[in-house]
Amino acid sequence: MTAAPSTPNTGLFSRTGPPGSRATWLWGVIGILLLLLLWEGYKAIGPEAGVVLGDTRLLPRTSDLAMPHTWDMVTRLFEGETQARNASPLWVTVVSASAFTLGIAAAGWLAGVVVGVGLALVMLRWKIAEWALLPWIVLSQTVPIIAFAPVVRSWGAQLELGPIQWEGWMSVALIASWLAFFPIAVGALKGLQSPETAHVELMHTYSVGWWTTLLRLRLPAAVPYLLAALRLGAANAVIGAVVAEISTGQRGGIGRLLIQFAGQASSDPAKAWGPIFGAVALGLVAAGSVAMLGVILSKYRRTEEK
Amino acid sequence: MSTPHTTSPAREQSPPAGDSAPAVAAAHIEKIFPTSGGEVHALSDISLSVRPGEFVSLIGPSGCGKSTLMRLIADLDQPSSGELQVFGKDARQARRDQDYGIAFQKAGLLPWRTVSDNIGLPLQLHGVSSAQRKARVQGLLEMVSLEDFGDHHPDQLSGGMQQRVAIARSLAEKPRLLLMDEPFGALDEMTRERMQTELLRICTETGASVVFVTHSIPEAVYLSDRVVVMSPRPGRISEVVDMELEDPAARGDDLREDASYFRMITAVREALHGGAPSGRGVETR
Amino acid sequence: METTTTTTTAGRILAPIALGLLGLAVWQILVGVVGVSGYLLPTPMAIFSEAQQFSDSIVEAGLITGWNSLVGLVAGSLLGVVFAALAASLKPVHDMVNPFVAALAVIPIVALAPILNTMFGTTEFPRQAIAGLASFVPVFVSTLRGLRQTNPEHRDLMRSYAASGVQVFRTITLPTAVPYVFTGVRIASSLAVISALVAEYFGGPRGGLGGIISTAAASSQYPRAWAYVLASIVLGLLFYLTTLALERLANRSRAAAAG
Repeated sequence: MTAAPSTPNTGLFSRTGPPGSRATWLWGVIGILLLLLLWEGYKAIGPEAGVVLGDTRLLPRTSDLAMPHTWDMVTRLFEGETQARNASPLWVTVVSASAFTLGIAAAGWLAGVVVGVGLALVMLRWKIAEWALLPWIVLSQTVPIIAFAPVVRSWGAQLELGPIQWEGWMSVALIASWLAFFPIAVGALKGLQSPETAHVELMHTYSVGWWTTLLRLRLPAAVPYLLAALRLGAANAVIGAVVAEISTGQRGGIGRLLIQFAGQASSDPAKAWGPIFGAVALGLVAAGSVAMLGVILSKYRRTEEK
Repeated sequence: MSTPHTTSPAREQSPPAGDSAPAVAAAHIEKIFPTSGGEVHALSDISLSVRPGEFVSLIGPSGCGKSTLMRLIADLDQPSSGELQVFGKDARQARRDQDYGIAFQKAGLLPWRTVSDNIGLPLQLHGVSSAQRKARVQGLLEMVSLEDFGDHHPDQLSGGMQQRVAIARSLAEKPRLLLMDEPFGALDEMTRERMQTELLRICTETGASVVFVTHSIPEAVYLSDRVVVMSPRPGRISEVVDMELEDPAARGDDLREDASYFRMITAVREALHGGAPSGRGVETR
Repeated sequence: METTTTTTTAGRILAPIALGLLGLAVWQILVGVVGVSGYLLPTPMAIFSEAQQFSDSIVEAGLITGWNSLVGLVAGSLLGVVFAALAASLKPVHDMVNPFVAALAVIPIVALAPILNTMFGTTEFPRQAIAGLASFVPVFVSTLRGLRQTNPEHRDLMRSYAASGVQVFRTITLPTAVPYVFTGVRIASSLAVISALVAEYFGGPRGGLGGIISTAAASSQYPRAWAYVLASIVLGLLFYLTTLALERLANRSRAAAAG
């Protein structure tokens, strides 16, 4: 759950110096290596029981159980998921679970886009709707709506919408869409309202209606805001899907895997890192996909000034 | 929103509709803005007529309501009272009929559209076929000397070029009236003078009437047939100065060093300052 | 089109209240009268009475989750400011940290909860760490932006005064950046609460709001679960409003200094 997009330039990728310059990449790689070194270094010299201050353990235990070697985490991915002879490698399990969760998150994200953009249009069209809805939408972003995820589990089995039988994954997608739609609604509204007065008046002098103004001016002008909002929405949908899988007990996804493998950590500590890598990849793929959308729509990200 | 001020709709000239009607006919216009700090009397008893093909500048210090007057003509705001007609119709109808083109101080180009697409925007909005649009845009690009920049985006142009695109856009539908609100206000002096000469040439070519809002006395004098001098609080017309200069079509950089030009600058200057030798709020460059 | 300022203000205040009341009424009627199973969705009245009945244990659970969120928020914010300051002054640090922050912003940080539980043992610390990680991102991003907002004219002015680097930092860079820090903290506050709460779903000790919500839901005590959901909403609001007030304060002192 990330914050609402305030400006189109809130992106983390916007201030990265000259993008793609070799030095930037090099330092990024050095950063990762440094982190690995820190992990292994602490594991080698740190106290067995970790660093405890009062009741709180500030630094972790250094046993293989608590901190497996980084190379073990990676090699474990290519070993069988279980001890069974015909077990598929761990990475296959992780990838298929990630794909499953990604699918649910995408469904939730799409629903969130439809609802969020729809609400933004309603708020744009009628001032009174903006007054009534926006405070609630902003408020909802600031409170842990996701707390109700465990309760949604009870809805699943007892809902029947005509011929469609409510399925478990729909509850997960519902929660994902719930989280996705807030930043999208706020960002879309901000974007649709972003054209300067001069541009709006220009359309007025052309004597064109609300819909034409929307199509030719407001929607193109909203693209940078929308892209930021869609990226936030995607990140939120992934978080919502992972959390909802856990709290609704949905099987087949990365959320379930996280819990399941963590339970086996006492015998197989490196295995628990598999689904973590999966979750990280999931978030990056989701945000990256939206970023691709930004490349396609790059002409709408120009500004009038240089 | 109406005011107690009730001048009976002045129809003394009774403009007949059609081509012979004045481009702009304003009679006893009042404009009052309600604000949180009380009412602001922006325009008071404005009466003005602009003939077809005439170039009229509105000049005056900040707050004199010259931009407000232009916005009323463009139907971006409505007068509180009084009669305002554009080509013999009310301002709203004139806007619906697209009788005027408009340019602002900021070019106001849509950043995601190329230069050509920006110029073609009003044509596209009004359903002109893409082939016709292309031909018209090409002509306009030539008119503002930007033939090689049709595929550029606004952020790749200088301020002067952006403004030329905005002017081309305002001319796209061959309007009989051009409304310009300090279109050269943000340009440097050299670019500004060149643009002024270009604008005069374009006006001669198209025969359009122009209502031109400016801060600059030399600019107003150089461009206009008549200069309308306004004063603030409340905004009203204090004097209308006829420019006794050569025909606009013949004006060029020579005029800027001519005695008649300086005489007119002095006349406008004195009208602005009400005879006092010093002034405030008006550029004299 | 034109509306006077009084009707605008009234509309801005009354419209959301009206919508809220309408929503509550529809909810109450839907469940209470139309007969949507109260088992699935208790009436607002039922939730409120449940919340009253368990108020003591709700406060207790709220304190646990609230404390975890607070520790995470403070630690994450401090780290965010420190790293932003380093990244603003040293380009290599910026290039090293930036990819991590970009990734942290889009990955589900709570996924780390089970691993942290094994690393640190089942205490409240993993929750605090997760809340801290989640808070770190917006504070870092916002502070970094603030540190780069310095007005070039101000910088040239300080140069003309031959001011030292420390002086420039104290008089120009820091005052410009402070409101941005608090904006980051405001955004982080919601994330801290949400993360601390959700981390409880991933196992570990069950005393906080999140733990009780999932336990109550698992044993089909839905009104009870909803009462705790309500409590977590109140907790989130408390964090948000407090940090919002801090942000306003920071902005006001800057405005006063500028004026």
